[in-house]
Amino acid sequence: MKLSIYRYNPEKDARPYMQDYEVQLEHSDRMLLDALIKAKAQDDSLSFRRSCREGVCGSDAMNINGKNGLPCITKLADLPQHVTLRPLPGQPVVRDLIVDMTQFFKQYHSIQPYVVNHEAPPERERLQSPAQREELNGLYECILCACCSTACPSFWWNPDKFVGPAGLLQAYRFIADSRDQDTAARLDNLEDPYRLFRCHSIMNCVDVCPKGLNPTRAIGKIKDLLVKRSV
Amino acid sequence: MSVHRVVTGSRNGLTDWLAQRVTAAIMAVYTVIVLIVLLGGPPISYAVWKDLFTQGWMRVATLLFAASLCWHMWVGVRNILMDYAKPEGLRLALQVMTLLTIAAYLGWTLHILWR
Repeated sequence: MKLSIYRYNPEKDARPYMQDYEVQLEHSDRMLLDALIKAKAQDDSLSFRRSCREGVCGSDAMNINGKNGLPCITKLADLPQHVTLRPLPGQPVVRDLIVDMTQFFKQYHSIQPYVVNHEAPPERERLQSPAQREELNGLYECILCACCSTACPSFWWNPDKFVGPAGLLQAYRFIADSRDQDTAARLDNLEDPYRLFRCHSIMNCVDVCPKGLNPTRAIGKIKDLLVKRSV
Repeated sequence: MSVHRVVTGSRNGLTDWLAQRVTAAIMAVYTVIVLIVLLGGPPISYAVWKDLFTQGWMRVATLLFAASLCWHMWVGVRNILMDYAKPEGLRLALQVMTLLTIAAYLGWTLHILWR
């Protein structure tokens, strides 16, 4: 298998370049991450993030043959013999396939990703009915890998002002949470022309999400709530 | 997180987003009405066309369509300028030019419909 990998070390390289690796796969190699680890065994200067190697931590997100995804859950059997790997688009490159996620997490923190409840905490946990819990399905599973936000042109053009699909999915996750009491403030926080409304529903986020989530639907629900409270 | 205000031509994203959808619906309804009138009536000629536009309802409907198109266009062009025209002075200048152009087109439409 041939891997063409984006290489860039800002301390040494004047500009990024693509480097090819020939990797001999073994029977036990199932996922693209296995091939990537073999490439790193050939050249230990190759840098990429990975941790859980099973699609839970979200740290190895990258652009695989033009589409964002997680190599750890991308099956080798589904890929052609030549695979091109680049860092997540639109983000500053720290080195090779590692990007600076500062802006992404700034946007994530800006939506207050935690339950806000002004009542005194009960002795045990705040309970939810099964129906209330059901509301969170399709929202809480996000692993913040940034595949969606970095596939979104609106996030490329305005990463400092547009929250991006990952942040907005989480914004709705807390709006939809029956234990949260801060819905009005959360909606106020998103009502300006940029934070939510740069989304034009092109659904790149839905196309790339490795967890099969639908940020566009969550964004639509936030817009519905904004309309309902203003008419 | 920086929260300084930026020149966008809008104070609130919801109004424009909603306006874009409502104006799209108005334009779709007008298109259907015009198609029905044109396909259901006599073959189109200058006399038929002129007769159609001397009726008050057609003038008002066309004005509503033109106003919807203008508002829709403003939101769309403003969106493009917000994404691509980064210096705020340039963006403001382009937005003013867009608004003036749209106002001129709307004035022209009024003139055509009621002259």
